[in-house]
Amino acid sequence: MVYLTRKCEFSASHYYHNPEFTAEENQRVFGKCANLNGHGHNYMLEVTVKGDVDPKTGFVVDLKELKEILNREVLEALDHRHLNREVPEFFAQIPTTENLAIAIWNRLQDKLKVAKLHRVRVYELPDLFVDFYGEA
Amino acid sequence: MKAHLTRRYVFSASHRLHCDELSEVENRAIYGKCNNPYGHGHNYALEVTVSGQVNPQTGMVCNLVDLDAAVRREIIDRFDHENLNVRQEFAAAVPTTENLSEVIFNILKQRLTAAHLDKVRLEETMMNSFEYAGGVELRP
Repeated sequence: MVYLTRKCEFSASHYYHNPEFTAEENQRVFGKCANLNGHGHNYMLEVTVKGDVDPKTGFVVDLKELKEILNREVLEALDHRHLNREVPEFFAQIPTTENLAIAIWNRLQDKLKVAKLHRVRVYELPDLFVDFYGEA
Repeated sequence: MKAHLTRRYVFSASHRLHCDELSEVENRAIYGKCNNPYGHGHNYALEVTVSGQVNPQTGMVCNLVDLDAAVRREIIDRFDHENLNVRQEFAAAVPTTENLSEVIFNILKQRLTAAHLDKVRLEETMMNSFEYAGGVELRP
């Protein structure tokens, strides 16, 4: 079993707001992320797949295919978008880095044929990232 | 859904690698320039990984404000700009980064209430890092 990781970057804006919370609760829980005018990040995404190395090609996965899937399923939907307003997963869910990692996992999981999705890592900042392994 | 969140912190500290049970020659042979009697220092980068169910109301594993406050209080304030050798945590252990990782993990395991501690990863320099998860195997 070999693990392969592909990186890519996207930029998006968001804000944190739970309509069930009062204004004070939103401010207390989410701090400056609660600003309804939104703010943005340069996200770094690392997608790790695992599988056996194909003896004919020497590949775990064809990187060209993986890149196309990432572009189509993730980057086109998220890059230079407002997560709360343009990405359906976040119409009723807060676009935290945790939920973003889960959403990206769900977008990719069924699209990978040869290799198996192992981990989605999303960096919101160089000092903050979330890993999702598909755990319930 | 269970997610794993990692936050990175930095602190600076000095140390000297020296084992009293070994001779001077042996200390020098094993620890090399890290055995310099006057000590030396590093900018350590600490990554703390916590995990848990993503709270449906907040979208969070744990509030970063709480995590930052706990790590600052328990680790950064304790070790930043300190000499590790004179601290009680290293009264009976050489302050290698292996031992420092274990010390930090054990302190956080006891004191961190905001979330479940998965592991710590400690970079001594840009070229080396150490991970400790309480003795359990690390996930690839």
